[in-house]
Formats: sequence, C-alpha cells, structure tokens
Amino acid sequence: MKLQRVFALTKKEMKKTVREPAYLFMIFLFPIVFVFAFGASFGGGFGGSQSTYQVGVVNFDANGNQQWSQVFTDSLSNISLLNVNVYTDNQTAQVDLSEGKIQAVILIPESFSESITSFYAAPNDSGSWVNTTLPIYLDKGSMVATQAIPPIIQQVLYAMMNQNQQAPQSPIQLETASLVEVAQTSAFDFMAPGMFTFASVFLIMIVAQSFTVDRENGMMKRLRITPTTSTEFMTSQIVSYLLIALIQAVLLFAVVYIMGFRPNVEAPVYLFAFVLVLIFSLSNIGFGLITATIAKSSGAATGLSFLFLLPQMFLGTFVGASLSGAAQVAGKFVPSYYVTDALTSLFLRGAAITSQTVLLDFAVVSVSCAAILAVGIVLYDKYFKI
Amino acid sequence: MTVALTIENLTKKFEDKVAVENLNLQIEKGELFGLLGPNGAGKTTTINILCGLIKPTGGSAQILGYDVQKDAIKVRELIGVCIQETAIYPYLTGAENLELFGGLHTMDKKTLKTRRDMLLDKMGLAEDAKRKASKYSGGMKRRLSLALALIHDPEMAFLDEPTVALDPQSRHAVWDFIKDQKSRGKTVILTTHYMEEAEELCDRVGVIDHGKLIALGTPKQLIAENGVKNLEEVFIQLTGRNMREEI
Repeated sequence: MKLQRVFALTKKEMKKTVREPAYLFMIFLFPIVFVFAFGASFGGGFGGSQSTYQVGVVNFDANGNQQWSQVFTDSLSNISLLNVNVYTDNQTAQVDLSEGKIQAVILIPESFSESITSFYAAPNDSGSWVNTTLPIYLDKGSMVATQAIPPIIQQVLYAMMNQNQQAPQSPIQLETASLVEVAQTSAFDFMAPGMFTFASVFLIMIVAQSFTVDRENGMMKRLRITPTTSTEFMTSQIVSYLLIALIQAVLLFAVVYIMGFRPNVEAPVYLFAFVLVLIFSLSNIGFGLITATIAKSSGAATGLSFLFLLPQMFLGTFVGASLSGAAQVAGKFVPSYYVTDALTSLFLRGAAITSQTVLLDFAVVSVSCAAILAVGIVLYDKYFKI
Repeated sequence: MTVALTIENLTKKFEDKVAVENLNLQIEKGELFGLLGPNGAGKTTTINILCGLIKPTGGSAQILGYDVQKDAIKVRELIGVCIQETAIYPYLTGAENLELFGGLHTMDKKTLKTRRDMLLDKMGLAEDAKRKASKYSGGMKRRLSLALALIHDPEMAFLDEPTVALDPQSRHAVWDFIKDQKSRGKTVILTTHYMEEAEELCDRVGVIDHGKLIALGTPKQLIAENGVKNLEEVFIQLTGRNMREEI
C-alpha cells in the first residue's frame, strides 16, 4: 500500500467536505444549528441554566388540618426546577394542562395525610399503613415532562417519609419513569449524549451520496484506471470519514458545552467517549457503502440512506428515550442504542469506563460496527458498478 | 520496432449482445493509432477492457508486455486514459486536480510541479489554474480532463473522443499536443467520430463495426483501396448510412 495515494485521496475528501456547501451543511452546520436550537428549547443555555417546569397541584386531602399535604406542596415549591401553581379544582388545572400552560397536574388524594400519618405510626409495619395513590397527569406532548417530573415528585415523597430510593415499600404509590438523577440536570442534559450519535448517523447519507455522485460524473471510472488499489482507496475513505467524524464530535461537544452540558467526569472519560463515537462512525461508513452499492443514482442514494438512518436515529439516539417499550426493545438491534447508552452511563450516571454496562456497550458497538463496515466493503467491491 | 499493444481474439459479450468479437490487433511503440467506428461499434468497450475496467469474455491483451488482466496495476502505471466523460473534481482547482492524479501515480513533488505547469500551459489553463474546476467552461473542463490522463507522462495514452464539443481553437491545441506525444515516442490510441481528425493525426486506423475489425491500414491506403476521396467516405462505405444508437 502506497501512503502517498492514501494521503492524496484523503486530502481531496477533506477539501470536498470544506468546499461543497451541501456536505459542509450536513456534516457540520446542521448538527451545530440543531444542538443550539434544541438546547435552547429544552433547557440548555449559556452558563448552564436549568429548566423550570410548571406544575399544578389540586388538594383533595380531607384529613384534619391537611398537615402532610401542605408539607408536600411546600416541599414541591422549594424545588428550583418546579414552579407550583395551586388549583382549587381539577377541571381548571386540566384545562391549563391541555393548553400547555402547565406540564403536570398532581392530585393530592383524600387519604394523603392519613396515609403518611399511618406510616409514621408504624414505619416497619406495612400491614397497618393506609395505602393510597398519587395521580399525576403529565403533558404527553412534552417528552421532557414525562421523563423528568415523576422522579422529582418521587424524591419529595421519599424525603417526607425519611426514606431513600431503595426503600422496598411505601404507602403512597407513584409511577417513576427514570433511574437518572434529575435534581441537578436540565432536560437538555438528558439528550446531550444522544446528540453525538444523532449527528454521526448523517454520515450514512454523505458517504452514499459521495460514492454515487463520483460514479455519475465518471470519477470512479477515472480513479479505477490509476494504479490505486481497492485497499488504498478504501483506506483513504475510512481515514477521511473518521477525521470528519472526529471534527464533528469535537465541534458538537463544544456546542453542547456552551449550551450548558458539563458532565463531572475526568479527561479519560471524554477520550473514551470520542473513541466510541469514532468506532460508531465506522458502521455509518459501512451503511453508506451498502446504500451506494444498492442505489442507481445519487438521488436514489439519498432516499435509500434513510432506510438505515431513521432506525438508528429514532431507536438509538436521544429520540429513543421517549419511545414505547417495544421501540426501546427494537433499539437494541441498532448500534447507536449502545453508543447512546454508554455515553449516558458515562456522562449522566457517573459510571466508570470499566463498569460492566459500559464495557458491554463498547464490545457490542465495536463488533457490530466492524461487521457492518466489512459487509459494506465486501458488497461495494463485488457489486458497485462504475 | 517494439510492439506496444497486442490484442488476440478479444471478445466481450453482454448477455445476448456481442460488443467485441475476436478482435486481433498489434500496435507499435510510438504509433498514433485511430480506432474508428459508429456509435455502439465496440470502441469504448475495447478501451475499457484494455485499461482493466471490464473483464473480457475471451481472448487476451498485452500492453508493453504486461497482461491487462493479470498485471492490471502495472498496466495502469504505464497508461493514461482520457475517458469519454469529462471527469474532473469540480471542487478542486485545475492545479489541484492535476496534483491529485500525480499523487495517485506516486510522482515526486518536483516532477509533478514541472509536469503540472507544462500541461496547464499547453492546455491554455495556466491563468485559471487556481480557479475551481466547477467555474471552467465546457472546453476548459475537457482540456483539463485530457491533461489529467497525461499528468504522469504515460508510455501509452488512450484518448476516447478527446475533442468532442471543443471549438476549433481548442481542437487544434489538443491536436498539437497529441502530435507532441507522438514526437516524444509515446504510443497514442485515439477514438474519434471526426474523420478529418483521424486523417490528420493517425499513422494507421482500424475501423470497427458490430465488434469486428473490418478495415485496417494507413488513411491513404484505405482511401486508395476503397476508391474514394477521403476517410469519411471510406467510413460511410464500410459501415453504411444507417444511423446507430449506443445503448
């Protein structure tokens, strides 16, 4: 293999990326603009400001002086993430919820204080507790509300009863939606890890278009009649797109940092995260090659690339967090799911690089991405017609 | 004289269509050979086989002693091909296009710079060398495409209709350049639909139709043998007046 050829082709690809507006936009500008717009909408912002959720409370507690329901309401009000609005009737609260003025309605049940009083009377005798449920109505149009608000309420309840999150039983039942600590993070922080995979999947379209456009204008033919070997050519393409993916990841990280995403992790974790994103980009190059092999024109390549791009995007990036249980199971069949999961574990859950979850994710990503790239190269070599 | 190209019983079939049938030909080193024929006659298929783009169904070909199939990489080091398409990278400048292909032929920097400047000058592109190729006119793109084929100063050049859509000035500039190649002992195989071009430039021409070589000789020989005034009349006499379409 002659490195001079690999270098010449890599240099050419980098010039194309910088000089062709369509490529420049799709690879760099679109993800950056997207993160800015998305971050501004979902709680990211300069200096790391947090979101505030509007929560309505309707108190039906009928017990005595309603002491516990008042403590509960006050506790909610003391949380900086929540702005509590007290309603006298459920109907008004529901109207405000349906109009998007508030993101959640909490109905404090009639037996709320009685239930907590029974708990304190015999904390270790669950049989004597007065059990009740705390209904919460959430804004279904807000992915953030459904993800973030229930755990906050759950934490308030735990605090009221001097319990921790591992408490096996509680007289008040509430459906929790996330294991992630939310007290110090904005909705944008939840999504930031998935944004790296989100941006990277667009490489599929770029690779597919690049190969098919070069075929259409005769450049593939021209390259094939030089002494450049298939190995040299493919190496140059992989190196080029890895460089592009690296630049993209660095730019994206700079943007999410500006928008307030500042995970409390050490430098090796960042390095590991970049390596993971680069390995993931190999699968996108592979899918791009498969698309280019199937597509008969650059226009068709754009359309066909969505066959690979959409599942990765919807099932494996930050979008997937709000999907149904079935969709989340389906996500386990796309590499982006494991990249997002690993980045979430590292950045949000504080997992170590050597933790079982992260290592398993890394192994799945490495093996699947290498396999997809290999399939792409084999199909391209065998069936790509010039 | 040294043989530059030997073609023996070369055949290429595409499903039920025979594109090239039992083609036999020898071209000497330093010869300027014209491969003529109507649309779809098999000229481009023959060139594509010779530069290793497609595999023949049967037969063989050697360029300067190297088999075009078995020694494909070596053959590609020795040949330069100006393909029918005006294939250049639009986002690179004219100079960068030449530097890229010089790099692919592993030319050293000094030789590449000398050769690049010479070709830009001869093709009338020196003043626009630093402009993006996407800004070039059709004629400039075509001349750049020809320069790309010859950046590494190949021993043998395949020029597939190099003067298509060029104005008379550009065409004559290309002709002068082709003659210069020959004067430097390089072998040139030219396909063209312009018979006056073949008559002006070629030492010998071969007329190919329906994949078969139907005439071979110097332009003067073929004109005399067919009792006509020029090569165009020879061509019409041999291939008929029916229009052809390339599919």
